Amino acid sequence: MTAILAVHDLHVAIGRRGAAINVLRGASLEVGAGEVRGLVGESGAGKSMLGRAVLGLLPANAVICGGTIQFEGRDLLAMAEPERRRLLGRRIALIPQDPMTSLNPVRRVGAQIAVMLRHHLALSKRAALERAAELLAEVAIREPRRVLELYPHEISGGMRQRVLIAMAFACDPGLVIADEPTTALDVTVQRQVLQLVERLRQRHGAAILFITHDLGVVAKICRTMTVLHAGRVLEEGETGEVLARPRHPYTRALLAATPRADRPAEALRPVPPALIESLWSEAHRLDRLAVAGPA
Amino acid sequence: MVDLTIAGPIQGPSRWLTSLARGGPRLWLGGALVSLLFLVALFAPLVAPHDPIEQDLLSAQLPPAWMQGGEATFPLGSDSLGRCVFSRLMFAARTAVAVAMIAASLAALIGIALGLIAGMFGGWIDQGVSRLIDVWMAFPPVLLSIVLAAVIGAGLTSVIAAIVVVDWTRFARVVRAETMVQLQRDYAAAARVLGLSRGQILRLEILPNLVPLIVTLLAVEMGIAILVEVILSFVGISVAGDVATWGGMIVEGRQIVYQSPWIMAFPILSVILAVIGFNLLGDGLRAALDPVQRR
Amino acid sequence: MTDILLRTSRLSFAYPRRSSSLFRRPALREVVKRVDLSVPRGSVLGLVGESGSGKTTLGRLLVRLLRPTSGGIQFDGVEIGNLSEAELRPLRARIQMIFQDPQSSLNPRLRLGVTLTRPLQIHGRLKRRQDQRERAAALLDLVGLPTGLIDRYPHELSGGQRQRAGIARALALQPDFIVADEIVSGLDVSTQAHILLLLRELRTRLGLTMVFISHDLSVVRVLCDDVAILQHGEVVEYGPVARIFNSPQHPYTRQLLSAIPLPDVEPGWLDDSSPFFSTHQQGSAA
Repeated sequence: MTAILAVHDLHVAIGRRGAAINVLRGASLEVGAGEVRGLVGESGAGKSMLGRAVLGLLPANAVICGGTIQFEGRDLLAMAEPERRRLLGRRIALIPQDPMTSLNPVRRVGAQIAVMLRHHLALSKRAALERAAELLAEVAIREPRRVLELYPHEISGGMRQRVLIAMAFACDPGLVIADEPTTALDVTVQRQVLQLVERLRQRHGAAILFITHDLGVVAKICRTMTVLHAGRVLEEGETGEVLARPRHPYTRALLAATPRADRPAEALRPVPPALIESLWSEAHRLDRLAVAGPA
Repeated sequence: MVDLTIAGPIQGPSRWLTSLARGGPRLWLGGALVSLLFLVALFAPLVAPHDPIEQDLLSAQLPPAWMQGGEATFPLGSDSLGRCVFSRLMFAARTAVAVAMIAASLAALIGIALGLIAGMFGGWIDQGVSRLIDVWMAFPPVLLSIVLAAVIGAGLTSVIAAIVVVDWTRFARVVRAETMVQLQRDYAAAARVLGLSRGQILRLEILPNLVPLIVTLLAVEMGIAILVEVILSFVGISVAGDVATWGGMIVEGRQIVYQSPWIMAFPILSVILAVIGFNLLGDGLRAALDPVQRR
Repeated sequence: MTDILLRTSRLSFAYPRRSSSLFRRPALREVVKRVDLSVPRGSVLGLVGESGSGKTTLGRLLVRLLRPTSGGIQFDGVEIGNLSEAELRPLRARIQMIFQDPQSSLNPRLRLGVTLTRPLQIHGRLKRRQDQRERAAALLDLVGLPTGLIDRYPHELSGGQRQRAGIARALALQPDFIVADEIVSGLDVSTQAHILLLLRELRTRLGLTMVFISHDLSVVRVLCDDVAILQHGEVVEYGPVARIFNSPQHPYTRQLLSAIPLPDVEPGWLDDSSPFFSTHQQGSAA
């Protein structure tokens, strides 16, 4: 199966106060058509940056120093801007982390969905609203027509997230990038949202790159996973394999440090500082090598 | 400890410099203009070529020195009573600075006190102060000033009183709002749990956070004070006669504006520069002091 | 002399719902409803609930940041629910709180050393200026922070360091009782583990009694002896940690436990018949 998304040896740096900070150091990953891959890492690991790089949403002071991003076989980085934007809008969608700031607070929910549908699918206003109601029903929102008329602050956080999920799948994208969509949610709501995402994925046949720091969530919804630290891929593979028999010490340490409701208290072991230090020195060593150039 | 510390300077002076650098060109330009103003005000008696009230009717209405008919002894010309415009300008700066500092400080004192009380205690006290502010601000300021002048008598005291009486509301409103915001923060709650009394919380926790705001407002208020003096000169409330004020000079110069436009032009220019200076300084200070956490 | 350090009896809190009419008395919205807790000295009680469960309000009631609408709170045998601020003052040193967001709970304009030693100054426990730095250094050391951070401002620290500083401040007055309000939510797994183990160690070393508020049952299991499950302001289940986790009685507790995604993959997990994905078409419950 050809990969719908192939990131190869991506290097991204951010310029801050005159110095360049590397946030991605030769990261590579692949997502097959219809596959759900988890991108796991702690804060600062670069997972959001990777997602943003694919979407073309890197901050202004970020620079892609190397590597390629291929989507459906086409090199995104080599494309002209308007063409890339067209492609990104229709074929790749985003489920963002914070539903509150991702919806326009001064426009009704229906209007926001409709605007997007009309832009990408060239629907008439009425057809777009019809479709919007259908989408809301698809994400199990009761009384979708009533919700269309509401403003974002008038619906609950879980419902807002559902609206965003509906919008993400609306144009039948080939790839959906979910950036920590359940991090801010209660655990019962999280469960419903994960079920929803999985159901929609099956129905629309999209691939998902699921960015999260929660290993439990990865276990539940991702068939494959990639572990990121300091912008480097440390381990990747089938979720079941990686979680049951982790090869990299960092993955093992993360698992040992994750509190579990089904295990007694004593089982918790923090990540050894020495391990983190060694990972960082390795990362900086690679940085120096990159600057020095190949031998 | 492996937690990464965001490196920053520890010593006091370098922290000050970083803060000041954040102020940007506004801070420097504003600071330069205001410093110039203060210097002129301070050293006027030493630097001015003439006594500002010395009349020389034989040298009345001389143009500035670089124009035809001008004399070197009157660098910016002379007014209808033969007084040196340059000297009067400089001595008027003294008045302006005095008025600005006294009026702004008094307005600040009253406004901050009431704002803190309203913000801190809430309830009826807040309602009372807020309504007071609302009603107060409904009075036309110039009318209020005229009434004051009728009671106190025209002169600088009247000008200062007018500014204080009208503009304390500016400080009160802002301080009240900011105090309420601060009280919502967890560190105010933490202070209560630690056993600090309300007064202690106000003084030790909240006031330090209000300082940038207050400093900025003070700078702006000083600019306003200078403008008010000019306005009140037109209404005849400011000091008349020999004491040099920019407003007074403008009013006098207006009568002979076609014959000797410079008599009006130079004080107007001075006022503009002074007000711009204070505004820029206020803006720059806000940028320099406020975003302690924002990077 | 009580073995139970903190006890609440039918503790309730309600606040007036905003009413548009000027004349009608506003309806009360109950946030905490008749909560009974008893925390033995030296133990840790976990308070678990989702958003809207009232757990944060309950936490604030326990440290008397809020005054109960009805019901009582007894601390070491003394009724504190209806005490005035002045009467509470001497007790404040014994009851402390660690807040969720250290970014907002540490005063951004004060250096760490000042923040840590201010409570000591207020309660008259600092003799000389010299003492201030020593005591601040000792507190930092207690929570595993380098003493050089005394002169730093909160924004110069990482999230984990700030949280530790918050813990240090709560310990400054050597309290008997601490309420920790969601202090590891939002922290990375590695940082979270450090903080949890730090708390465990401090609890044993200093003989602390704690109420640990969290929405995360897995975290509660690491640290707590007893658990109270809160739903809509009421305690729906209460008991020792082992019993709650091994044989939960209340349906809500079971719902919470089953919703937690464990980092395990069962065989056949991606079949549509997997229990995690048995979709109840409940509609927009969220």
